[in-house]
Amino acid sequence: MSEVLLRASDVGYEVDDLPLFHELDLVVRSSEMVEVRGANASGKSTLLRCLAGLIRPASGAVEAHDQFAYLGHRSGLSDTLTVRENLRWLLALCAGQRRANEVESGIEEALVRLEVGHVLGRSVASLSAGQRRRVALAGVLASRARLWLLDEPLTALDDAGVALLAGELRRHLDCGGGVVAATHRALGPPPARTVQLGES
Amino acid sequence: MNAFATEFRRDLAIWARHGAETMNPIAFFALAAFLLGLGLGQSTSRLDDAAGGALWVLALFANVLAVEGLFSRDREDGSLEQLLLHGKPLFAALLGKVAAHWIVSGLPIAALSPLVALLVDLPPSGMYVLALTLLLGTPTLALVGAIGAALVAGTGRGGLLVALLVMPLYVPTLLFGSGAAMTALGGGDPSAELLWLAALLALSITLAPFGIGAALRVGQEY
Repeated sequence: MSEVLLRASDVGYEVDDLPLFHELDLVVRSSEMVEVRGANASGKSTLLRCLAGLIRPASGAVEAHDQFAYLGHRSGLSDTLTVRENLRWLLALCAGQRRANEVESGIEEALVRLEVGHVLGRSVASLSAGQRRRVALAGVLASRARLWLLDEPLTALDDAGVALLAGELRRHLDCGGGVVAATHRALGPPPARTVQLGES
Repeated sequence: MNAFATEFRRDLAIWARHGAETMNPIAFFALAAFLLGLGLGQSTSRLDDAAGGALWVLALFANVLAVEGLFSRDREDGSLEQLLLHGKPLFAALLGKVAAHWIVSGLPIAALSPLVALLVDLPPSGMYVLALTLLLGTPTLALVGAIGAALVAGTGRGGLLVALLVMPLYVPTLLFGSGAAMTALGGGDPSAELLWLAALLALSITLAPFGIGAALRVGQEY
């Protein structure tokens, strides 16, 4: 039996007294990807924010059993800082105990994997939307979290970027990681389960 | 301490690179004090009595101006989400943020105040006490203002709304700050008021980060 990374039981959320989703059960085990699907405004992002613990569900409970990385609509990168400074800060937050040179090499390796190694010293303001997305995804990679919570990770990525991400997802799952991703398109690796939102 | 240092360094770098924007509240303080000196004109005796309080009010409004943008940029680019998720302990991280903000907004005002005091013709005795009260009081203003800024961060509104929300919390600091300055100008011993200011600072350092954190979390539910 593989390890449970995240368990959400009986989770519900309401906006203006209208239920967005209710009595939702979700388990993510190691080496499993769960896709969250649904039309626009069906509550995919809200569900991910609940799972991450950014917002409290109206009912039910979420237990995360391991460290996780969350990537929302907003990249979490400050325009004012360089790519290196941003990722250093992010890793200081989520992997504070790691040694400095280990962090540096982790950042460089993750950027190279997503083929944005050359932007390391550039200011985030000068990057294109697709490059920003790749850098943000590199932050998820470099965090070495077991569980990834990704909200529409394919936004702004070109075909090559989509393929690279698919490869990284596969690698992550092979290494025993788990993924919950809200998406409109197939991400590459076959999902273990799909949560469909917005159907009554 | 790690979380404190991480946030402190990051925010200081960001403020430094938005130099012009960062300088605005300080320029406001200096200009308004200069105009106050001009407006009150020659009647130096009246100026003596009122100047301590007036400069304190200016410092307070400079703080309101400065603090409103404390979280808006981080909220827009999503780094606030990452901080709330991974910042451990959040208390230290938020304290680091406010400390960096105080370095660029409160500290320059306290440092400038002896110069500004010259503009409004304060005697030297009052000058130093004024600087000391601002040094003790502006961190409290920054911490309290940050609670208001955290509350309005999600609404896209700022400015006077922040001031209105936290005005009751600003009042004790203002009273003791201007009180100490005026006592010193009158030739009295301001140490009681100064101790009160220090106590308020200790209180706000221990409590305000909890308020800021709670307000930022509420702001995540949109």
